[in-house]
Amino acid sequence: MGGTADFFDEMTGGDTEIRAPYRQFRDWFEGEDLRHLRRKSAEAEDFFRRTGITFNVYGQAEADERLIPFDIVPRILSGREWSKLRRGIEQRVRAINAFLHDIYHRQEIIRAGRVPTELISGNDAFLPQMIGVAPPGGVYTHVVGVDVVRTGEDEFFVLEDNARTPSGVSYMLENRETMLQMFPELFTRIKVRQVHNYPIRLRKSLADAAPRATTGKPQIAVLTPGIHNSAYFEHAFLADQMGAELVEGHDLRVVDGRIAMRTTRGFKPVDVLYRRVDDDFLDPLTFRADSMLGVPGIMDVYRAGGITLANAPGTGIADDKAIYSYMPDIVEFYTGEKAILKNVPTWRCSDPDSLAYVMENLSDLVVKEVHGSGGYGMLVGPAASKREIEEFRSKLAARPVKYIAQPTLALSTVPILTGKGLAPRHVDLRPFVLVAPERIDITPGGLTRVALKKGSLVVNSSQGGGTKDTWVLED
Amino acid sequence: MLGKTAGGIYWMFRYLERSENTARLIEAGFRIALTRPESADEEWGSVLDTISVRAAYRDARGEINGAGVVDFLLRDRTNPASVMSAIKLARDNARLVRIALTREVWEATNECWITLGRALARPVPERDLPSVLTLIRQQSAQVRGALHGTMLRNDIYDFARIGTFIERADNSARILDVKYYVLLPSLAQIGSSLDNVQWETILRSVGGQRAFRFLYGGDVSPRAIAEFLILDGRMPRSLAFCGRKIADNLGYLELDYGKRLPCHERIDRIQGLLTGTQINAVFDRGLHEFLLDFLSDIAGLGTQIETDYRFSC
Repeated sequence: MGGTADFFDEMTGGDTEIRAPYRQFRDWFEGEDLRHLRRKSAEAEDFFRRTGITFNVYGQAEADERLIPFDIVPRILSGREWSKLRRGIEQRVRAINAFLHDIYHRQEIIRAGRVPTELISGNDAFLPQMIGVAPPGGVYTHVVGVDVVRTGEDEFFVLEDNARTPSGVSYMLENRETMLQMFPELFTRIKVRQVHNYPIRLRKSLADAAPRATTGKPQIAVLTPGIHNSAYFEHAFLADQMGAELVEGHDLRVVDGRIAMRTTRGFKPVDVLYRRVDDDFLDPLTFRADSMLGVPGIMDVYRAGGITLANAPGTGIADDKAIYSYMPDIVEFYTGEKAILKNVPTWRCSDPDSLAYVMENLSDLVVKEVHGSGGYGMLVGPAASKREIEEFRSKLAARPVKYIAQPTLALSTVPILTGKGLAPRHVDLRPFVLVAPERIDITPGGLTRVALKKGSLVVNSSQGGGTKDTWVLED
Repeated sequence: MLGKTAGGIYWMFRYLERSENTARLIEAGFRIALTRPESADEEWGSVLDTISVRAAYRDARGEINGAGVVDFLLRDRTNPASVMSAIKLARDNARLVRIALTREVWEATNECWITLGRALARPVPERDLPSVLTLIRQQSAQVRGALHGTMLRNDIYDFARIGTFIERADNSARILDVKYYVLLPSLAQIGSSLDNVQWETILRSVGGQRAFRFLYGGDVSPRAIAEFLILDGRMPRSLAFCGRKIADNLGYLELDYGKRLPCHERIDRIQGLLTGTQINAVFDRGLHEFLLDFLSDIAGLGTQIETDYRFSC
């Protein structure tokens, strides 16, 4: 085994030598019987199905609930690796919140000429309704999922800042629970940092950002689009674990200037709404009039300080793929420091010179939709056929502003368990960041997504990706 | 708790009860088909009447025949009362109210849906029917067991119980009403009382044939059967038993919330008809009329509960 020469393998470093964070795990693994591990792996799947840890796939038949495949080999980071990552992420998230405050108030960064004005004014992710609004506690992004990839021993890149409603944290938690149940002996042997108190920290973080209108203990609710949403399991899971209510739009309405939920005893005010509904659908009176998922009038209540929305509306302007390429400037502008984590070089196709370069080099690049997500509508040049590239070329020529391009990154690999033993597969990492008024709290590790198909670089669960437990060692 | 959650719990347990009731009707029909094949088609017809799907069956499948009816009642997704449809609806509601359930109740419900989904993936051949019916009974018993063993006794539990007994009361009354004519005194004198196939199926449809014999000994008369299923508070599927359970649970809510609502008036009225009444009085008034009134009262009570506790906006 071992990574192929072109890629950094996190266990072997591309060499035959086992890298330090994996040594203890590897020792354990050598003593295990492969068939026994395969059986355990099947048990894990059964456990996920029974507990209903499933997701719905868009465009599939009704009631089609699928499991995200789980691989039992953990992805392991040393404490030292993690502390650098953590500092970099914290710096970035701090900058994002400062940027959002600035963009919806004085727009100093535009006046300073560091970000072009048309990038903001002409961007659908910018919400004019948020201009001059002060979110309770000054927090815009209560929950952020920063997607990080690795290409070498000390090479970490931020791929995306998910500042709207990042999902996946329930898998981080359930993956750990599953590992604890299946391999308790591993955790007595190897000291791994805990993740299980994430829901309590989320609750505390949200409660700390409660609006002034709150009387008594803040009432927290999770707003879900409903049971057909692909992440419904996660919404229910988090509400359950936090001891919060799980609500849909039609459970809420405006009562005496507050948002109140319809209970069996009458209407009761909600202080903090952890909403897992996109901005567009939040308030039919302000945004999409045809939305059945939101609450008519909630934006008025929000602007008047009657409720905390987590995340705040309009945070999409910070994780937009067109803004992404400015992140190193944004970090420097607000923190006065150089960005600790690197950005992936990005060509903005709206720029004619960049477009020409991208057109020339389609077979080497990854081209993404500026507003896309979930791995849909993207071209992975090196993996695409000639025909796919030509089809994409005409889409790109028709609407260049819709796209950005990046070099294909040599994503690191981590072993997965296959029928023949360990085999390297490409991974990314989504750490989860909680932002409270006075505190940024990052759970050690995060969600590791893995492309299960040999050679594939696409880790999205909707495209055949799986997940792994992510360990940060106490060292 | 949220009004929607109360509604989700209530409907989850109504559908769960419905799936069991449908399975029991299949069991009774199948028994007749085995022991008295000449009455089988007629019996399958009245099973369809009991759950008001005769027309839907005719449109979907045409002529009545045992295999067709069994399949329609077990698996047909277009039939909302089929075991599989009811289980799916119960599980959908359980997902909706996931956070109001203990892990045990949710997992039992989810497993019930997964297991029966597999068992009912294809039409069930006659030889496998008994074991499939047993499986259905076992699976829903596990959900019930988890409910009793792990849930807090609070308003969530009350709504679960109310849903269960409203559905059961409705079901028992329907079974009686479809066959009410065989319990009328005029007809009873004609048939041979010990061997009345219709009486037997009524008892089997509510799983009460042995309990009836245990309680009433040799007295197999339509009057005794009607008394057993309508007024006997010991029989867990009788109208009186269901009425008392609904009243108890609505009473807990009244106490818990400190609020008396229109649904409490309604259940008191229903209880007034079921307690302190003799079976003769029911017959004097007219069995069919009594049952029709009861069905309409129960339906009205259900709607009133939905309004009083704000199940929807």
